[in-house]
Amino acid sequence: MIQLENVTKRYPGGQEALSGLNLSVDTGEMVFVTGHSGAGKSTLLRLIALIERPTSGQVIVDGKNTRRVKRRRIPAYRRQIGMVFQDHKLLYDRPVSDNVALPLVIAGVGQREAGRKVRAALDQVGLLHKEKQRPETLSAGEQQRVGIARAIVSRPKLLIADEPTGNLDPDLSLEVMRIFRRFNEVGVTLLIASHDISLIDRLGCRRIALEDGRLQAQPEEESDAWL
Amino acid sequence: MAVTRNADAVAPVRRSGPLSIWFSRHLSISVGSLGRLVRHPFSSFMIVLVIAVTLALPAAINLIVKNARSISGSWDNALDFSLFLKQEVSEDEATGLGRLIEQRADVQSVLFISASTALGDFKEHSGFGAALDQLPDNPLPHTLVVRPSPSNTSDSMILLQEELGNLPEAEHVQVDTEWVQRFHAILDIVRQAIAIGAALLAIAIVVIIGNTIRLDIENRRDEIEVTKLIGASNAFVRRPFLWTGFWYGLFGGLLALGLVYYGLFLLQGPVARLAGLYQSNISIAAMNLEEAGAIIGIGVFLGLFGSWFTTARHMRRIEPR
Repeated sequence: MIQLENVTKRYPGGQEALSGLNLSVDTGEMVFVTGHSGAGKSTLLRLIALIERPTSGQVIVDGKNTRRVKRRRIPAYRRQIGMVFQDHKLLYDRPVSDNVALPLVIAGVGQREAGRKVRAALDQVGLLHKEKQRPETLSAGEQQRVGIARAIVSRPKLLIADEPTGNLDPDLSLEVMRIFRRFNEVGVTLLIASHDISLIDRLGCRRIALEDGRLQAQPEEESDAWL
Repeated sequence: MAVTRNADAVAPVRRSGPLSIWFSRHLSISVGSLGRLVRHPFSSFMIVLVIAVTLALPAAINLIVKNARSISGSWDNALDFSLFLKQEVSEDEATGLGRLIEQRADVQSVLFISASTALGDFKEHSGFGAALDQLPDNPLPHTLVVRPSPSNTSDSMILLQEELGNLPEAEHVQVDTEWVQRFHAILDIVRQAIAIGAALLAIAIVVIIGNTIRLDIENRRDEIEVTKLIGASNAFVRRPFLWTGFWYGLFGGLLALGLVYYGLFLLQGPVARLAGLYQSNISIAAMNLEEAGAIIGIGVFLGLFGSWFTTARHMRRIEPR
């Protein structure tokens, strides 16, 4: 599903976020990317979402080389991927259901069909009863679940998440991870950036550890997540 | 249960086509943009008012010129020549000459005004009645008022004027058309000035709407970024702003129309009084349907153009970070 071949990303300041990174995520996998802040986790996800382009190397997503995606085709490309953010990135001027419906509205899905899909997505994250509320009236965990519902409402094959549990306490984090797990069980490929190593170990998923923009040779074993 | 299943079976058939989806999306976006304006009534009204005044100004001046033209156009008699005859020409000679001139192809009619009639009229209207009675003889000549036939061109009018002036009996030919022509020339200049002024004002409206939309875009920058992040195209994020421009233009045009009509209403009394003084029945010609439609149409066009221009510049710039 995702292949990175010798990917380097250098920012204008000369600072190198990724250096010759090679990695691959198979279809149907649920993979975590770990590493300290500045290790290149976010950059990796931004390259996949085409928010940025690599300085050199190839990023291939679902058999498509992102280098060949022209600027005006980026929106259509992004619609194939579900994205979850640490700060949720919800729109606070409209109710939960409208937030979740946004990807469908963008894709031009009819109103009735959109309504059905929105309710299904909210049901999957357990927030169907909060459909009419405004995001600011929800807790951080609930807001993140709204963000997840929005990411999966158009049934993407790939879902990427940048620190989805970054602002959540352990119980809520586990709840969010369980939701991800359920999507994975129905065939969605997930790539999740997180520093919550103990949680990842409990889920028993593959872990890609980054350090200074490279793969870490020996993933660290002990957990420092709660420190 | 059976009912539910039936509904499910029918659903795909009733599924709306792409066109109706497109239509309903536009409807909801336009209503949404309208709602945004209504939520900030004061600032929205201010912008609409500025647009309305800017549109109403040239429209009102244009209307004034149009009315002035139609009034002056009705002064057909202003085209007449007054042919003043020499003092020694007798009344019989004058009527004979009148009949002769009337036979010309380029003359429609000739009216003979005798010196005594002219003096009588003058006494009556000038208020110098008593003073004129002191005069030993009538100082006024006989006059022939020559009305040229309507087929005359301006060249043949000049020729006619010259020929009348060259008659041995003629003392002086007065052409009453000159001031009408000057007046029309002035109106033409005013019209030109309006056209230039209106073009400048149109630019002003585009700038006002563009600037308003630009502020709106800045205020909703986060929203635009998020929407783009989850796959919205430039066209998609632009649409609500285009609708905002549309609404500004539409309401600006409607209010401009209201202002012009209110101005006409205010002028109705004074004009009727003026008409009364001139014993004429001039009344103000209001705008016709096309002119009213043009004001609204121009408003909408400028609104759309202003927002289109601004969004084209800014939407590409705002990308998710």
